[in-house]
Formats: sequence, structure tokens, C-alpha cells
Amino acid sequence: MEFLSDIASLINSTLRISTPLVFAAMAGIFAERSGVIDFSLEGKMLMAAFVAAVGSYYLGNPWLGLLLAIIVCVCLSMLHGFASVTHKGDQVVSCVAINILIIGLTTALAAAWFGQAGLTPTLNEDQRFLEIHLPFADALRDIPVIGTLYSDILSGHYVFVYLAYLSVPLVFWIVFKTSFGLRLRAVGENPSAVDTAGINVFTMRYKALAINGVLIAFAGAHLSTAVNANFFREMSAGRGYLALAAMIFGKWHPKTALIACLLFGFTDALQIRLQGVELPAIGEIPVQLIQALPYILTVVLLAGFVGKAIAPNAIGQPYIKER
Amino acid sequence: MSNLVVDKSKVPWWVSNVIVPLVNLTLALLVSGLFIFIAGENPIEAVKLIIYGSFGYIQGFAYTLYYTTNFIFTGLAFAVAFHCRLFNIGGEGQAYIGGLGVFLVAINLSFLPIPIVWLLSICGAFLFGAAWAYIPAYLQSKRGSHVVITTIMFNFIASSLMIFLLVDVIRDTNQMAPHTVKLPEEIWLPSFEAFSGILGIKIRYSPLNLTFLLAIASLFFVWFLVWKTKWGYEMRAVGHNTQAAIYAGISPHKNIIIAMCISGGLAGLLGVNEILGVSHKIQAGFPAGYGFTGIAVALMGRNHPIGILPAAFLFGILYQGGSEVTFEMPNITRYMFVAVQGLIILFSGALENLFRPQIESFFVRRLNREVNA
Repeated sequence: MEFLSDIASLINSTLRISTPLVFAAMAGIFAERSGVIDFSLEGKMLMAAFVAAVGSYYLGNPWLGLLLAIIVCVCLSMLHGFASVTHKGDQVVSCVAINILIIGLTTALAAAWFGQAGLTPTLNEDQRFLEIHLPFADALRDIPVIGTLYSDILSGHYVFVYLAYLSVPLVFWIVFKTSFGLRLRAVGENPSAVDTAGINVFTMRYKALAINGVLIAFAGAHLSTAVNANFFREMSAGRGYLALAAMIFGKWHPKTALIACLLFGFTDALQIRLQGVELPAIGEIPVQLIQALPYILTVVLLAGFVGKAIAPNAIGQPYIKER
Repeated sequence: MSNLVVDKSKVPWWVSNVIVPLVNLTLALLVSGLFIFIAGENPIEAVKLIIYGSFGYIQGFAYTLYYTTNFIFTGLAFAVAFHCRLFNIGGEGQAYIGGLGVFLVAINLSFLPIPIVWLLSICGAFLFGAAWAYIPAYLQSKRGSHVVITTIMFNFIASSLMIFLLVDVIRDTNQMAPHTVKLPEEIWLPSFEAFSGILGIKIRYSPLNLTFLLAIASLFFVWFLVWKTKWGYEMRAVGHNTQAAIYAGISPHKNIIIAMCISGGLAGLLGVNEILGVSHKIQAGFPAGYGFTGIAVALMGRNHPIGILPAAFLFGILYQGGSEVTFEMPNITRYMFVAVQGLIILFSGALENLFRPQIESFFVRRLNREVNA
């Protein structure tokens, strides 16, 4: 039973750790399917974390903080669109600019408003999201297998965890089963054909970026108003890039991207458990190596040892309408 | 907008290469002023402090040039890769590993004659930095892994690796903090005070040292390499149009590898300044964001050594003047200047075409009028 509960808690933390990655990967799918590269997921996630934490602190309600984060992230997505869709600037440069700007701005403002350490004030119970305990979770705990599955794995997560996994079928449905999704994918594959059919390429890309902004805001709010009760500097810690790698590894498809996100989440959950543990034959693994595991995994996955990734055809290219 | 189609050949070079970048820089600085205002300080006072801090006294000016040295290396590093259309965001990690190269060569070969130790240490920095850039380059060209993600990951991995080495392998065991022993004093690069002492001027400590001249030499090296050699031509051809380059018999794989290795090597030279010149030991996290600033420097300098020199100097002013600001203004931290870098990348990189058509057509019309009159 000891072993079973270990596994259960490992799965539980995998689900929690993967949550921001899933939101970010879904956000990335919208941008990149429409032909716009989005490395700025990292920066937007960080900004959302900052805005959500500051918003809930002043407004006293985490949902209002989330709302503010959504507004700000959509604005950042629009900025990315303004630079790279309207003004045909380099998409990667635009993303790098947004990321560096946000790393600086969030910490600088947190320090200016709340003191030199660059932390926002700790949120109390009313100002943050709490774990949701599903009905009968305590009553069912003692039933073998089902009890563990229901009480220890499914129950007791933050609202974002449930929303993240619900967003995957929703994104799948939008992208692959609606006419909007068809247009979205077409804009990323062959924008001039879409233009010929009378659909505005620029509007489509802006719409995709708007949805991207909404989704990434959830990832940031999860970090600063659910799993943590404040914002601290660079708290996104490369998750935006991991999510992007997961999305590429998942071939720009929600279901496979989800699996890749879970793989990252599992590695991260495992690395926390491996720290300080003596492994047979190898001995204790240096903690730095264990901490670097998700990053090494990203490189390995991206190297496509499991099959080559094919990006949307028109990705990274600004659309130039011929006169 | 659509009536502003400008004949590029009629636009004078100084309009597109001087006026437009200056307008973009001004916009970035105006928005930065707004941020400083939001943080609760007076932007005009901040500008005065920046100018005083970086020019007002000789020690401050020496610090400005010391920062400039670092930014020349990381700016050139980004620019070389960019000419092959590669975004080397990994300057930070390459500089970190380059520092390891300098230190290992210098400490193990310190018995050799001094100029030879210096030369070999510089080679060590370059080779270690280049090696760290080789893997992302290889993965980009052979496996199509996007170099932005891999180089970012290699920054994280470099940081973990170096902390592991500093804590468990090469730590100065007499000290608690994770750093190495100091290099023997004979092989330190001569500092600016030493030079000014010969000239009879006494100044207080500054980190400026002989590496500044190496940075200037690197500017010439990159200019010669990229614009005056066959290899530089091939590399730019791959960057400009890979299909056409393949058709002309140029190997994209070879050029991607060489471009990234030279880029990583240049970033690695930052280690020469920091370790052989200033701190004489490896400290945890010594690249301190210089690698990322290099992106802003290169984009502002339009990826050309002639542009990178003033851009690096400008960032030297921002860094040195910025530390004066953070000292005097409690609400401003050094992160405010990270945000300023982001704005400069945004306006002089991604939004470089924001006002370009208007400015160019303005000047073309004016020049036409002069010709007709």
C-alpha cells in the first residue's frame, strides 16, 4: 500500500505541475497554427503571474486578478501581432523583446511597489484559489484502488488543474471541428489561398493571438494565485519554453501536446523526489543534474529522436498582401 | 500607409542606418521614462544621474568602458549568428562555459611565459564557448530543433553544470561561497589603473583592463570575416536564402555550424574580461545577463561592427549610469534596465519598420525637391 500511495502522490503532482504547461501549449497551438511563432509564452506567463497576484491583492478576489491577467496578456499578444503581423517585424525578435521586457518590468515594478526583494505580498485565503475537494472524497478514501484514484488523484486540485485538462478537448474541437479552426489552420499553411477565398489573413491571426493571450493568462495565474501565494522574480522558470517544446514535440496537435506536457510534468515531479535519494549502483545523483533534467529532456525531445516535427507551412513569415 | 511606397535605391544610407535607428531608440527611451514614472521616480532626474554616473568622473567612465567591453563581445556573438539567420539566445551559457575555459587554461599553464598564457587562455575561452554552441548548431542543422529553444535550454544546463562544478569539483575549499581559487597574480591582465599610473594619473580602482583592446580587435575580426572572406559570403548567402545557397553549392550544415561556433566563441571571450581581467576567479552566475543584453546591442547596431561599437557604448552608459540611479533612487532596481533593454529590442528590432516608410519618404521627397529646385 505504501508503494501505491507513492505512485498516487507522484501522479497527483504530475497533474499539478503539468497544468501551466498544458495551458501554454494550447495557447501556443493557436498562435503557431495561424502562422505566428510564439516564444513569448514565457514572458506572458510571467506577466500573468505578476498581474494576477497584484490584482487579487488589491481587489481581494482571485477571479478579478485572473481577469486582469487575461486583459494584460491579450494586450501583450496584440503587441506581438502589431509588431509581427501588421508591421511585418521579425517574429522571433518580437518574442525575445517581450520576454526580456517582462522579466525586467515585473521585477522592477514589484520592487518599486512592494520593496527591494521583488516579491508581491503574500495573499490570504480570500485572495487566492484554494484546492477543490470533490464530494465524498473523504468518505471514499478507504476503498481500495477506486478510493485512491478518486480521493488522492482526482480530488484536491486547484480549479486551474481541472480547467487545463478540460481545455484540451475544447481546443481540439475548435481547431479541428469548426470552420474557424479550418480557417485558422489554413492561414498558417497557405495564407495567400485563404486571402483569395476572401478571408482576412490579418484578422485571423489577431483572433488566434487573442485566444492565445486568454489561455496563457490561466497558466500565470495558476503559478501566483494557486500553487504559490505571491509573485517572485522569474517564477515562470522556463515553463513557456518547455511548453513550446512540448507543443512542437506534439506536432502542433492538442492531444499529443498534452502527452508531452504530462511527460515534462512527470520528469519534474520525479526530480523533486529523486533529490538526495541513493540509487542502487549509481549512488546519489548530483542535485544540479536532477534539476537540469527537464531542460535536458527538452533538448532530447526537440532533437526529434521520436520522429521529425513538421511545422505549419507559413510559420514565421509575415503575410504580404500583393497589390 | 499604402501610398508610402519608397524606392529603396533613392533612400540615402544615413537615413536608413542613422536617422531611423535614432528615432527608434528615442521611442524606446521615452517609454522607459514612462516606466520610471510609474515606478514612482522622476525620469529627468534619472537621465541626469545616468549621465553623471557614466561620464561625470574618470572612475565612472572607466566602468562604462568595462561594461562596453562585455557588450561588444556578446553583441558580436549575436550578430555573427544572425547573419546566418540563427538566433543565438545562448550567449549567457556560452559566456559561462567560456569562463571555465579561461580559468582551466590559465590555472594549469600559469608556468608558461605571460603573453603565451594570455593567448592560450583567450583560445580556451573561445573554444569552450564555441563547443557549447556546437550542440545546438548541430541539432538545428541536422534535426531541425529550433535554435532559440535549444540555446535557452543550454543556458539552464550551463548554469546547473557550473554550479555543480563550483560546489563539488573546483571550489576553493577554504571558502564557504561557491567560487574557485584566485589565479596567480602574475598572469592577471593589466588594469587601467596600471596604465594610468605609468602616465602619472592616479585613479581609484576600476575593472577596466586590457581586454578592452581585445574587444576592439574582435570588431575588426568580425568585420573582416563576415564581409571580406569567402566563408562570410557563404554564411550570409545561407542566411539570406538557404535554397539559393544550396543551388550554388554552399553547404548550409557547414555554415550553420561555423556561424554558431564563432558566435559561441565570441560570447566565451566575455570570460577573458571577467576572469583574467577583473575577478580572477569563477564566481557563480558571473555572466549576469550580459549575454541577453548582447541581443539588444546587436539589433540596435544593425548587426554590423560599426553599429555595435556605439550600441555597446550606449549600453555601457545605461549599465554604469543605471547603477548610479539604483544607488540614488530607492524605487529603481537594476531590473528596470532589463526592461529598458527589452524596449530597445522591441523598437529597434521587431518594430523597426514602425516609422521607416514615413521617415524615408519624407527624406526622399525633400531630396527630390532640392534636385528639382
